[in-house]
Amino acid sequence: MNKISINRFKDKAFMVFGVFCTFFGLFMLAIFVGDVVLKGVDRISWEFITNLPSRFPEKAGIFTALMGTCWILFLTAIIAIPLGVFAGLYLEEYGKRNRFAAILEINITNLAGIPSIIYGLLGLEIFARVMGLGQSVLTGALTLSLLILPIIIVSTRESVRAVPRSLREASLALGATKWQTIWYQVLPASGGGILTGVILALSRAVGEAAPLIVVGALAYVPFAPSTPLDEFSVLPIQIYNWASRPQQGFVINAAAAIVILLIVTFLMNGIAIYFRNKWQKKIKW
Amino acid sequence: MSKKLIAKNVNVFYDQTHVIKNVSLEIDANSVAAFIGPSGCGKSTFLRLYNRMNDLIEGFRKEGDVLLDGKDIYRNDMRVEDLRKKVGMVFQKPNPFPKSIYENVIYGLRIRGVNNKNLLDETVERALRQSALWDEVKDNLKKSALALSGGQQQRLCIARAIATEPSVVLMDEPASALDPISSAKIEELIYELKSQYTIIIVTHNMQQAGRVSDTTAFFYLGELVEFDTTKKIFMNPSDTRTQDYITGRFG
Repeated sequence: MNKISINRFKDKAFMVFGVFCTFFGLFMLAIFVGDVVLKGVDRISWEFITNLPSRFPEKAGIFTALMGTCWILFLTAIIAIPLGVFAGLYLEEYGKRNRFAAILEINITNLAGIPSIIYGLLGLEIFARVMGLGQSVLTGALTLSLLILPIIIVSTRESVRAVPRSLREASLALGATKWQTIWYQVLPASGGGILTGVILALSRAVGEAAPLIVVGALAYVPFAPSTPLDEFSVLPIQIYNWASRPQQGFVINAAAAIVILLIVTFLMNGIAIYFRNKWQKKIKW
Repeated sequence: MSKKLIAKNVNVFYDQTHVIKNVSLEIDANSVAAFIGPSGCGKSTFLRLYNRMNDLIEGFRKEGDVLLDGKDIYRNDMRVEDLRKKVGMVFQKPNPFPKSIYENVIYGLRIRGVNNKNLLDETVERALRQSALWDEVKDNLKKSALALSGGQQQRLCIARAIATEPSVVLMDEPASALDPISSAKIEELIYELKSQYTIIIVTHNMQQAGRVSDTTAFFYLGELVEFDTTKKIFMNPSDTRTQDYITGRFG
């Protein structure tokens, strides 16, 4: 073979390898999803969603866990969104470019890489014990807020940075204050990106089990929480608990609960994509 | 004629870089002044002194005085928000807000809490008429400003700048991103606006400077080389560097 055909062969080989890499993850996901759907889809019914936990697999439902997940999602959202968005805005719009800012930035990026179980221990010590919130939904939500805060901060900063300087200058040159410029121009222009980051961060929070086990979420809670200070369970913990039982009936329950959890996260991702596209259509430079 | 803008012994530094070197300049009310010079000569920086847009840049430092109507605009009790109401600005690239035409024009009033519908409507019509855009957009005021052509967008930006009734309008190469016809319209507009506003225009286009301005300032390497009537600068400049620049021998 001459030089050119060797190069062309390499070109082809690289492409095939790239295709393999691309489809490897997707293929594995498809196998897994197919497996749980086949196992669990028959078990999904209205009763399965509305029943309380039970020691008989065919009577057990995910109601308390689903409600716990909803509570966690709601509380985490109202805690983490304002904190993360305003922290991101501050860092990008007001923060000076100096050594302190650089250290702050590196640390926020580092926070995003800390294993979630460490956040669980932090939450257990600070929220459950020192603040005396106990094994409550609020403790869980505060812990998960810490966990996703770095994700929201980073995605807010990136969206805000993408707003062209000319837009800010136009507003400032008309005599707007910095805050007015942020409120009327920067936030609307970066809203799509911020929202996408927020929803992806929340869907990460929905799937977390480890930090919640550490702060004391229970696998068996007979009632859905009715205040932020009640004990709770969430879907991933319910799944973990069922999947580790020896009875086949609970394994099927676990598969069904996984399907429900996947639907919740896919829905959230879908909403994120929808908003991003809608926002992008509205704003073009 | 009264002196609208006075700069006295102004020096500007970005960190250690000395970008404006001891410039003194007086601009008459209701005149058009052109700032010319090669890229990086400091003319845009000097323009942005008048509405304090340089304040946004980290490391910016100024010495000397800049006076508007005889008063120092860098004094402590001067709020930049008030200054920028009096000194409007139009940028090189049209930068309308991603909002309706109407909302673009009244932005300067909205942020000051003006909500009187009649006043806002009147302002929109006056500003758009003055910027020669009214006839083209009067039936579509709710349309997105981004749907306008580049030239229309720039005239909208002018309308937006004059909606707050400033007395000075700064223009930083306002026609450089536009086609020749749109560019000619902007020039006509500048000529019209002169009766009510003092206008400073930064431009790389010598013919444009010659056509629209009463006085011309030639900047070179941060210094003001020559400032005189446009006629004098173009017909009989005192400095050989000015002569070389306007005849295209460098720059």
